Amino acid sequence: MLKRRKRAEAEIPSASMADIAFELLIFFLVATTFDVDTGIGLVLPPAAETTEQVKIKQSDIAKLLVNAAGEVLLDGELITVPQIRETIKNKIKQNPKLIVSIKTDRETNYSRYIEVLDELKLAYNDLREEHSLKTYGKSFKDLNRDQQEEVKKAIPIRISIAEPEEVK
Amino acid sequence: MKFQKKFGQMKPRVPTSSLPDIIFMMLLFFMVTTTIKVFDVKVRYILPEAKAIEKIENKRLVSYIWVGRDGRIQVDDNIVQLDDLIDIMYRKRQENPNVIVSLRIDRDSKMGIVIDIQQRLRKADALRINYSTLQKL
Repeated sequence: MLKRRKRAEAEIPSASMADIAFELLIFFLVATTFDVDTGIGLVLPPAAETTEQVKIKQSDIAKLLVNAAGEVLLDGELITVPQIRETIKNKIKQNPKLIVSIKTDRETNYSRYIEVLDELKLAYNDLREEHSLKTYGKSFKDLNRDQQEEVKKAIPIRISIAEPEEVK
Repeated sequence: MKFQKKFGQMKPRVPTSSLPDIIFMMLLFFMVTTTIKVFDVKVRYILPEAKAIEKIENKRLVSYIWVGRDGRIQVDDNIVQLDDLIDIMYRKRQENPNVIVSLRIDRDSKMGIVIDIQQRLRKADALRINYSTLQKL
């Protein structure tokens, strides 16, 4: 008969557990990218065929034109990009129903368009900030969600993308 | 001195027996928060910069369109033609009516291609867009 040897109790060595865990931790630390999506949000107008044309008074539209050379025209007058913020702000204060319509040439640089859009957003942000300081006595970012929605409703962002001349 | 004597007598030791547990907890945190890149971006692009940017709150709603330096358009994992965009985006909108289209367009692109894409998005009724930009300091 075979002699049965008494075996020692089997045990998983756990001393290196921490090291293994550390290694995994480092891998995930390195692999993690907190890739937040940031950008300028906008809502496009619905397709031209599906909706009826709504007539808007000429005085309620601010036409912003960016030409191929990157020059910006506001209602036919040449304006520099950093001026847009203040000018649009004053215009909206005078006429809260103002719609800003942006039109670009096909050859316009995309980054120039983003710059212009950015200035517009900044103008609206300033107005919202002023509004929230006036009504709540607090900065817009310190308001709670409902209040922020209220302010957003009071000063809606009305940026419209003008219909391009020809659709390819 | 009295204090020093007492201090010298016992050897303080940091208990390390729970170290693996702590590490595992951190590990789990990172495993859960890690989003391994889903898309293989085939076009080269550099995003423009802007100041008044906002975060997209609900990432699940987002679908991306890349436009590279060379004008190629990528949706999901494929390079697509401009005219296929209507179908693709229309399908996406049916799956998810509140889809936000994040446009990742190279900063040196011309507006022509942006306008073309926007026109097709309008036709597909995917109206919520977001021009992806970096934070300008």
